[in-house]
Amino acid sequence: MDLLTPELGLFFWTLVAFIIVFLILRKFAWGPILSSLGEREKGIADSIATAERVKAEMSQLKSENEKLMAQAREERSIMLKEAKEMKDRIVNEAKNQAKEEANKIITDAQHQIQQQKMAALTEVKNEIGNLAVEVAGKILRKELSAAQGQEAYMQLLSEDIKLN
Amino acid sequence: MSFRRLFPLLILVFGLFGFTFSSFGQEAENAENTQVEGAEAAHEEKKSLNITELVFGHVSDSHEWHLFSLEGEHGHEKEIAMPLPVIVYRPGKGISVFSYSHFHHGGWYKDEKGNKISEASYDGLYVEKNMKEKIKSDDGSPVYDLSITKNVLSMLISVVIILWLMTSAAKKYKKGVVAAPKGFQNALESVIIFLRDEVAKPNLGKKHGKYMPMLLTVFFFIWINNLLGLLPGGANFTGNIAVTLCLSLISFIVLLVRANSHFWGHLLNPPGVPTGIKFLLVPIEIISLFIKPVALTIRLFANMLAGHIVILCVVSMIFIFSAMSKFAGIGFVPVSLAFSVFMFMLELLVAAIQAFIFTNLSAVFIGQAIEEVHHDDAHGDVAHH
Repeated sequence: MDLLTPELGLFFWTLVAFIIVFLILRKFAWGPILSSLGEREKGIADSIATAERVKAEMSQLKSENEKLMAQAREERSIMLKEAKEMKDRIVNEAKNQAKEEANKIITDAQHQIQQQKMAALTEVKNEIGNLAVEVAGKILRKELSAAQGQEAYMQLLSEDIKLN
Repeated sequence: MSFRRLFPLLILVFGLFGFTFSSFGQEAENAENTQVEGAEAAHEEKKSLNITELVFGHVSDSHEWHLFSLEGEHGHEKEIAMPLPVIVYRPGKGISVFSYSHFHHGGWYKDEKGNKISEASYDGLYVEKNMKEKIKSDDGSPVYDLSITKNVLSMLISVVIILWLMTSAAKKYKKGVVAAPKGFQNALESVIIFLRDEVAKPNLGKKHGKYMPMLLTVFFFIWINNLLGLLPGGANFTGNIAVTLCLSLISFIVLLVRANSHFWGHLLNPPGVPTGIKFLLVPIEIISLFIKPVALTIRLFANMLAGHIVILCVVSMIFIFSAMSKFAGIGFVPVSLAFSVFMFMLELLVAAIQAFIFTNLSAVFIGQAIEEVHHDDAHGDVAHH
């Protein structure tokens, strides 16, 4: 069949044209395109690698930061706790001291009260004694002013001497 | 003729396909005008014959680029066609170059084999047309036709387009490498990367860089020519067996040149095969080697040719039906239009697919030939020793 027999002319021209196109494109198109594609791909791969590395560094930094933060938080809570403890201690100390102080004051007061009470009591006793002596003196003086009284008294005293 | 009056309207309706059927119409007319002087009875028969002739006239090569015909006086068609240069080499006479228009004087007659012979003769040469247009010498001596035919001219146009497209895209790469691609550069780049990653790398392995220019050239050469062939008025370049044969021979020669000793060893002296079977196996292997370019040739040729023929046939149906009745012809226009649009879309796809398949198979064949020795083979060799 005619359609299946290749024409020489067309074959020849196709061959020539293809080879020319191939040589020109290899030099001026495919060469630059493929090499710059390769370069760009390498660049992109490098950039991605760099980005990955930076990302890893960042995450490392972040974890470090977090660690620091956690540490700081912990420290803060410890400090708070310590402060609270200290406050409690101080308050307690103050309370105790105050209590002691108060107790001391109370005991002092009690002592003083006791002393003053005793002093008052002694004074009262002395006063009562004096009053009693005065009363007895007054009575004796009244009784001994009369002669009868003196004789009675002398009798009394002489009775005592006899007995001895 | 009723369809002659419909012609301008149909051209408008079809737009893209205007070329296809307009030239068909003219050829049919021409054939009638030049050949059918006889009875009306013979008319219909001739017409159906003409459709075959016109379809094959369209898919085969020509020495002129036929655009359209105008209706002249007395029903004679005035051909609007660009005559192309004829270059012939005749042993003894050397190369002669002249315009094909020298064969335009006078009409055509049919010889006993059914070939159309030109009445005009120039420089001892005449034209014989059947499925193909052949330039023959009056005295029967051999003529080597190296004319710039329609297909060659179409190819030269595609070469200009390819060179312009690719070099203009390549210029952008020289300016800056890092910049993101845009526009045509981007489209081109995605195709190149696809071919590199899906075709070259899997088949050719580490050495793919060496074959990329060849594969890219083959791909774009076929693709752009496929697309040009689809344009109205375009030539059926990639649907021509000379073209596909040339391209597949190029990839076959690359295969033969690059094939390594491992490939030849396995082909001519398959290891681990009994001697008796070798006598059977080696010829089969050799045949399979030569079948590779043949398969490439036929696949591209048949696909593109079939696509063109189907589109032409679908469009021709309008004229077949309008020959029966005017209304049948008009009624068939939408059907034919829908079919042609569908076929055209399909052919756009096929144009890319066939270019890809040709490139991919070339890569597969070359890849087989340059395959390195495998480890298991190496072990086998050691075992033989």
